[in-house]
Amino acid sequence: MAVKLNALNSDSYIDISQYRDQHFKGNRYEQEKLLKQSNTLYVGNLSFYTTEEQVHELFSKSGDVKRIIIGLDKIKKTACGFCFVEYYTRADAEHAMRFINGTRLDDRIIRTDWDAGFKEGRQYGRGKSGGQVRDEYRQDYDPARGGYGKLAQQHPPAEQRNSF
Amino acid sequence: LTNARLLPEKLTVYTTLVGLLNARNYNFGGEFVEAMIRQLKETLKNNLYNEAVYLVRFLSDLVNCHVIAAPSMVAMFENFVSVTQEEDVPQVRSDWFVYVVLSCLPWVGKELYEKKDVEMDRLLSQIEGYLKRRVKTHVPMLQVWTAEKPHPQEEYLDCLWAQIQKLKKDRWQERHILRPYIAFDSVLCEALQHNLPPFTPPGHMPDAQYPMPRVVFRMFDYTDAPEGPVMPGSHSVERFVIEENLHCIIKTHWKERKTCAAQLLSYPGKNKIPLNYHIVEVIFGELFQLPAPPHIDVMYTTLLIELCKLQPGSLPQVLAQATEMLYMRLDTMNTTCIDRLINWFSHHLSNFQFRWSWDDWSDCLTVDLDKPKPKFVKEVLEKCMRLSYHQRIVDIVPPTFAALVPADPIFIYKYADETSLPGYAVSITIANAIKNRASNEEILTILKDVPNPNQEDDDDEGESFNPLKIDVFLQTLLHLAAKSFSHSFSALAKFHEILKTLTESDEGKLHILKVVYEVWRNHPQIIAVLVDKMIRTQIVDCAAVANWLFSQDMAHEFTRLFIWEILHSTIRKMNKHVQKIQKELEEAKDKLEKQQHKRDMEKNSEDEEGQLEEQIERLQEKVESAQSEQKNLFLVIFQRFIMLLTEHLVRCETGSVDISTPWYKNCIERLQQIFLMHHVTIQQYMGTLENLLFTAELDHHILAVYQQFCALQL
Repeated sequence: MAVKLNALNSDSYIDISQYRDQHFKGNRYEQEKLLKQSNTLYVGNLSFYTTEEQVHELFSKSGDVKRIIIGLDKIKKTACGFCFVEYYTRADAEHAMRFINGTRLDDRIIRTDWDAGFKEGRQYGRGKSGGQVRDEYRQDYDPARGGYGKLAQQHPPAEQRNSF
Repeated sequence: LTNARLLPEKLTVYTTLVGLLNARNYNFGGEFVEAMIRQLKETLKNNLYNEAVYLVRFLSDLVNCHVIAAPSMVAMFENFVSVTQEEDVPQVRSDWFVYVVLSCLPWVGKELYEKKDVEMDRLLSQIEGYLKRRVKTHVPMLQVWTAEKPHPQEEYLDCLWAQIQKLKKDRWQERHILRPYIAFDSVLCEALQHNLPPFTPPGHMPDAQYPMPRVVFRMFDYTDAPEGPVMPGSHSVERFVIEENLHCIIKTHWKERKTCAAQLLSYPGKNKIPLNYHIVEVIFGELFQLPAPPHIDVMYTTLLIELCKLQPGSLPQVLAQATEMLYMRLDTMNTTCIDRLINWFSHHLSNFQFRWSWDDWSDCLTVDLDKPKPKFVKEVLEKCMRLSYHQRIVDIVPPTFAALVPADPIFIYKYADETSLPGYAVSITIANAIKNRASNEEILTILKDVPNPNQEDDDDEGESFNPLKIDVFLQTLLHLAAKSFSHSFSALAKFHEILKTLTESDEGKLHILKVVYEVWRNHPQIIAVLVDKMIRTQIVDCAAVANWLFSQDMAHEFTRLFIWEILHSTIRKMNKHVQKIQKELEEAKDKLEKQQHKRDMEKNSEDEEGQLEEQIERLQEKVESAQSEQKNLFLVIFQRFIMLLTEHLVRCETGSVDISTPWYKNCIERLQQIFLMHHVTIQQYMGTLENLLFTAELDHHILAVYQQFCALQL
């Protein structure tokens, strides 16, 4: 009668997401394998002004942080709203996925996801303008992420004269 | 069966189900009971005592469902309680068996008393006798508050006993537990019952790990919930059952905070109790539990945030009320618990734009800054700053709180404009050399020119400890790298060789720590990460860090939280280091065994085996050396504590002054904290500690801490 009811052992916060790095050198299977063993997290939706110190303070709550790499605009070499957090152990990274993902840093809800491992070059945004891709196309105004999205800055949304 | 183990808060649903199945099929019931007994034996063998409690409780509720005959359950309980007659066993062993029996009675007390009241009375009387002669030296070490008012922090067995006594007086009328089997009574009472096989509790094994004693955390009573249902009294059995079930829900769902919050808030029977108050009390009870919370601290922060999201109209208010109450009682709160409160509160605030009615706490401005309340606010603001930035903190508090606002975390460069300082000239040269990517040799050459204030003129080439050399080099380097943690880490990595050379001696190690503190004394956060890095890269060792923290130079910072965070982090690194090498040794030994097996079967090279044996010998030495370092670390720490505390006690005695200053309370509780936070490791060195340090000659105030600690394991 020892039926294993997986629902009772559920730990869904540490599952890998749908995201796969398109620049990953290797096939899907290899990437997934790395994601499932990784000690490194990608952290997104940071403010451009969030510092390494703030990231360190927050993420230390789930364990000892080995290293933080702040994501940079490829052209300007300034922070562009993401980072990598590497832990010494997988268990500590899992706690971050369970308890820090989806909470606030610098007043913003941040998102964490498994990363296959930092490699030189991955600290740069991949958007055409140098920042992250998501900041290329977004339409909203976010003062902590450079204001309007890059596309919207070049082609401002039509002025709303008659708003009824 | 899995359900029974994993969802204990839904116990009565499953027992009813088993009862109905048993009524239909007697054999099923018999097999089920047998399977449960087997499982109980397994869990006890594997030291899974908390799980075993649920199993026994399940069995006892099966009595209510007519699956198990009451007399056989009583017999099992009698066997459990007879453990109290065993001699030379740890108290925690007999504690557990008594606890199991008592904790089942809310479920099955009525039924057992109806069938076997004489035996049950005898049982309870035996338990009473045991509880009277129990040693309770451990209790002060586990209490969250030292004060008895407003809520005494009761030892868990004492509290449960009082609750069962009251239940008995109420003739076992218990109305909180949901009992679905009552609705099926007509079917169930027709069922044939099984007798539990005689169950002898497994004997005591030397490596058994019984649960540690605990203290019941209470912060609310019926006066605290302003409207709505009344909170059951502290000695009511309802209180016990509610708390048990809420703890169970957290235990089951802690990894998934949304589910956990939803399950807590949908607790059956919630309309009859002030559920939000119970939830907040249970959560803080776990967070403040000594020696350690059942789960990682940050889980509780996130869980409370989820609960606030699900009940935005009511839970935040209860939480605010709780925070206010905890603030009011800081004077008697255990220092370790205050640490956790600081971390929780600052992290919580950072999720809510740091909104708080600080003015409500302006009473903390009217007393000395070293008193618990202003100290607490100061530490909270410091932690808030780490999650934001200095100006933000200045903005969120009223101007009257200025004295409690943390310092702007800027670097203090000694050689900035101080041209008259010895070493100034070299600092400029070094700075330029570093900026121009000079090699290590070039830099060492420059540093040779730094005079040694400690040295006699004719001493040998500057290989001995030269504090000025360290000062000039490190201040300049860290100044250049002050921009961020990463910059500082790069600097330490790049000049690792030079730093190792400069800190070869113990004095060198101590001095480098001194310099790091001097330049970054406004920024405790970076001090902690730099010390961590320096230990990991072996620029300093753990003992040096301990000696530095206890040194006279750091005495003025001794009560600040960051000091203790650094010390505990250092101890943990030491512990992990030892564990790592032990693991390597075990793996090498396993490998050798496998090799030897292979050798018996094939003609394998003896070379490989020889290599492995050599490796094992080396690892063995490494383990011994690491353990020696670990033991030495604890000896250093305890020695320093004893010295400081003795000094204080003697001074107070000669001056006829009360010993209980805020400094003393902090110091003695920090000593306790060392024992509590690292009790597993310290256990190995008890012999040495007792022989060398915690001897009978010690002041009884200090010795008491040691004795309380020993009592935890009895």
